[in-house]
Amino acid sequence: MVDVAFQPNRTAAAQSGRRRVGLRNALRRKSMSAFLMTLPLILLIAILVIYPALYSLHLATLNKAMTKFVGFGNFEFLFKRETFWLVVKQSCIFAISAVIFKALIGFIVAHFVHNVPANKQRKWRGMLLVPWVIPPAMSTLAWLWLFDPSYSAFNYTLSFFGIGPIPWTGDAMWARFSVILVNVWYGAPFFMIMYLAALKSVPEQLYEAAAIDGANWWQRIWYVTLPMMRNIIAITTLFSLIVTFANFDIVRILTAGGPLDHTHIFATWAFRVGIEGSDIPLGASVSLFMVPILAVAAIFILRDITKRGNES
Amino acid sequence: MSTMTIDKSGPTRKVKYGSMSRDRTWALRWSYFFLILFAIFSLTPPLYMLITSLKSSAEISAATNPWWVYHPTLSNYIELLTSNQFLRFFWNSAWVSIIVVTITMLISVPAAFALARMKFWGSATLATGVFLTYLIPDSLLFIPLFKMFAVFGDWTGIQLVNRWYVLLFIYPTLTVPFCTWIMIGYFASIPKELDEAAIIDGASWFQTLTRIFIPVALPGLIAATIFAFTVSWAQFLYPLVFTTSTDQLVLPVGIITTLIKGDVFNWGQIMTGALLGAAPPLIIYAFLMDYYIAGLTAGATKG
Repeated sequence: MVDVAFQPNRTAAAQSGRRRVGLRNALRRKSMSAFLMTLPLILLIAILVIYPALYSLHLATLNKAMTKFVGFGNFEFLFKRETFWLVVKQSCIFAISAVIFKALIGFIVAHFVHNVPANKQRKWRGMLLVPWVIPPAMSTLAWLWLFDPSYSAFNYTLSFFGIGPIPWTGDAMWARFSVILVNVWYGAPFFMIMYLAALKSVPEQLYEAAAIDGANWWQRIWYVTLPMMRNIIAITTLFSLIVTFANFDIVRILTAGGPLDHTHIFATWAFRVGIEGSDIPLGASVSLFMVPILAVAAIFILRDITKRGNES
Repeated sequence: MSTMTIDKSGPTRKVKYGSMSRDRTWALRWSYFFLILFAIFSLTPPLYMLITSLKSSAEISAATNPWWVYHPTLSNYIELLTSNQFLRFFWNSAWVSIIVVTITMLISVPAAFALARMKFWGSATLATGVFLTYLIPDSLLFIPLFKMFAVFGDWTGIQLVNRWYVLLFIYPTLTVPFCTWIMIGYFASIPKELDEAAIIDGASWFQTLTRIFIPVALPGLIAATIFAFTVSWAQFLYPLVFTTSTDQLVLPVGIITTLIKGDVFNWGQIMTGALLGAAPPLIIYAFLMDYYIAGLTAGATKG
């Protein structure tokens, strides 16, 4: 308005002033609209992720009827139960061995796919990624049927080699093996795809230089491929560790924790105790035990990502 | 690549490169051998689903070769596709997935645009926070979320537990963080000159987003959409916790709770249901494989 009053005398100055006001308005508008654009995201994360996470801390300190504050009572109760330590042990065995096998198989298969002529890679990659695409709840049903005690197609095949009927889900050790096998089947393609992408980003000249220096294939992998892929291997492994540690579908459908709780992991046991046993506070306390390992993995992933962010 | 060209020029220097090309041939043969082994390992369960789904229950319980169909029949498919209950599961799943995809895109695309381009106070922290949220698994949140919605129902009288639409509130917690994260990556890779030019031409921020960013980052948008759809379609834990009445169930939970009656497993129907449940993601994957893989690798390689 002031600008308008001065306009007849000092046109140029007025115009520059108006432009500055317009710019300031635009800036104000920019941060305001940016805030409005992110508001749904912030609300979603705050209400449906952060609040429940804190709420579960609160729930874990209540008694079963959720009427009384019991402090660390639930945790003391858990520490005294043998099943809890069984679940801790099984979760660690499950997550660590499954991730190791997924990473190894993924690495090996990625190399094989990379060896094949480029025009055929697409077809192989497409076939090998199928396990990752099928919803795990659906594919685990197929595995359950393959492992069926009386009609197992695997046992039928193995009987021709003189290998007796294997109690795939009936015996504790075999059940653990089966659960890990299904998880490896489901997760290995993800590693394969990530490693394949990483393999393609290794410059061919490095291999040529290594070959000229007389490196054999093992040395090429050890001194060229692995160092170049270190970042992607680390991040994929950590990510998979989180997902595997928190796995629910496969164990739930394949064994439902049985036989005699010998395949329960944190998520399935928390479900059994918290939802099926309607002891919500105890279930919340069980699932909270996943937090430390998830936090450690998350910190490492985050460090890697910020490091790469700074480099670029 | 370059070694391949050396191989082709082989005949002129036969002596020198003969052994090298023979090595490569053997490496290739071994690669194919192991790839076939791994492909069998990968495809056995889905193929076995298909084999079983074509059998009648009499053939399944007869002790014949389980890997072969002697009397193929479509009765399992006909029975499931004419059963109101199964179609109900299918529609519930389809509705939940489609609406969740829409919600996810409406939330994550503007947020990713703001976080990638309009630097404001706390935007970097928020972007990191979004990624961290993605790392929080469903098995950590299902108990407090269940209790939260139950308490919410007691307070307001709006009963959300055991209604299929409760999933519309919960699934975005799984899809939005990842979609925002990969969209930030795609938006950040768009040259700054492009949106500066648009701003100079007088476009508003909203127009810049709809006219420039969304068309240019369309591959990323497709990848994010595929991701959101497959995650909502495959989710098992949340519907298992939140819905119990048979008319409110989504497909994965519906198949497991209704087709398995006590100790009676009608395997022919279970496998048919599982195959039909796996079909939508598989079809999308078959047609949009490159986008699917781009979305898969973007999460870790971008950013």
